[in-house]
Amino acid sequence: MKKRFVLNFALDAADEPITYVLIKEYDLKLNILKAAISPEKGGELLVELDGDDKNLSEGLDYLRGRGVGVDAVDKKMLFRREECIHCGACVATCFAGALTIGAPDWELKFDAEKCVACEMCLKSCPLKLFDLRFG
Amino acid sequence: MTVKRSYEEINEKLKKGTAVVLTAEEVSKMADEMTPAEIAKKVDVVTTATFGPMCSSGAFINFGHPSPSLRMEEVTLNGVPAYGGIAAVDAYIGATSEHPQNPRYGGGHVIEELVRGKEITLRARGKGTDCYPRKEIETVITKEAVNEIFLFNPRNAYQNYAVATNTARSVKYTYMGVLLPELSNATYSTSGELSPLLNDPDLRTIGVGTRIFLCGAQGFVVWPGTQFNTSKLRNDKGIPKSNAATLAVLGDLKKMDPRFIKGAVFERYGVTLFVGIGIPIPILDEDLAARVAIRDREIETTVYDYGDPAHPMLGSANYADLRSGTIEVRGRKVKTAPLSSIKKAREIAEELRSWLKKGEFTLTAPVELFPTGTTVKGLEITGGAR
Ligand code: SF4
Ligand code: SF4
Repeated sequence: MKKRFVLNFALDAADEPITYVLIKEYDLKLNILKAAISPEKGGELLVELDGDDKNLSEGLDYLRGRGVGVDAVDKKMLFRREECIHCGACVATCFAGALTIGAPDWELKFDAEKCVACEMCLKSCPLKLFDLRFG
Repeated sequence: MTVKRSYEEINEKLKKGTAVVLTAEEVSKMADEMTPAEIAKKVDVVTTATFGPMCSSGAFINFGHPSPSLRMEEVTLNGVPAYGGIAAVDAYIGATSEHPQNPRYGGGHVIEELVRGKEITLRARGKGTDCYPRKEIETVITKEAVNEIFLFNPRNAYQNYAVATNTARSVKYTYMGVLLPELSNATYSTSGELSPLLNDPDLRTIGVGTRIFLCGAQGFVVWPGTQFNTSKLRNDKGIPKSNAATLAVLGDLKKMDPRFIKGAVFERYGVTLFVGIGIPIPILDEDLAARVAIRDREIETTVYDYGDPAHPMLGSANYADLRSGTIEVRGRKVKTAPLSSIKKAREIAEELRSWLKKGEFTLTAPVELFPTGTTVKGLEITGGAR
């Protein structure tokens, strides 16, 4: 199963090659989509992990055991849904397919599972309803 | 026998609650099984609507005189410049006016907040005259506290509009949204078969004095809108193939509903205002029945390249294609997305129908019809330019 997570770790805890361990020990395909490092907040990685369910959940436990914060990406994307006017301007820029609009109801749908945190909708929404807590 | 109906007959039926009122989408569906003659017999009024970004919008305000008074020459509302070059305590706040320090906030937002009943900070300055000696004030206003406040939008409800795409190698930030490089997306901004001026393309029933739904209040069409153009090429259904006629509209802001007006900002373009407009079309005869029966697939528009400053034409598309999610441009499949809200437009068409059904809204025949044979001029540069 493929899933996206935001990993948060203290900078001094990055002494163990966690990404290497995930690949080697847990047989997970790991794709780093985004990285941010700041002295105050430590490091943040947006990653996509692909592997079987058992390995995935054990890999995540391993990360937590190393003091790494693990959040599903949808917990990091903030969307003020009640204010949405269903214009569709964000859909034009969402190539991950997380934002869609169409027949029959022409209501904006947001599938956070598909979000790759590219931040395009932060720019394209004319009401500025999106925010990403990252970095 | 062909159907003929007068405005008076329809208003009489509306008052009695016997009129048949459909939305433009409903009547378009009906047209799959019925002829215009049959539709004309059955339907009295059709409601049309749109809810989209309309930059050419703004509000006139009369603040009332402080004692002693001042001649308000420089005016800001929540820091956003308003135009004070009219009488002492009158001003016009335009939708696209921006806060100098915070350009993501502007006139569109101020107008929305006024509709919401929020308090807005007014700062004004004048040189001081014998009759208006004061030079500066700061105070708080609301829509209820001011004398008059009415939306007066010089150009709204475009009859058809461009599809915008981008062939350039870089992202283009435009009033048509964020256009990704190399034909990766395309945006459009008309509610298609629900759109007001596409349902009465010859403007037989929409003219000076037509009562309309404006942002949740009853407003009026007061003049042809700016850039009013009746000379655009038309398709075989008589629908202009690109942006053509427009409306200047007016309505009491105090009565407007925040559900149908929204301040907005397009990235690296600027502030604007989403305006909700609904227009009822009386089915006076078979010709109008045929017009309102128009379907998305029968409405074409033109695709332009916003990646090139000259905006060259790239082709055309109909609204059924645009609404399917992809169109073909230069042999490539291009993802499409709307900028005007179809969901909101439907809400407006429904709301207008309920007003009509309750007898709260009467139809008005135009006091004067709009001109024909108009075109739009460009601007010649005789001085400097950059
Ligand atoms: S951040 Fe990117 S992928 Fe996620 S919803 Fe916004 S546009 Fe789509
Ligand atoms: S751009 Fe913003 S307001 Fe428009 S549909 Fe997307 S989230 Fe809603």
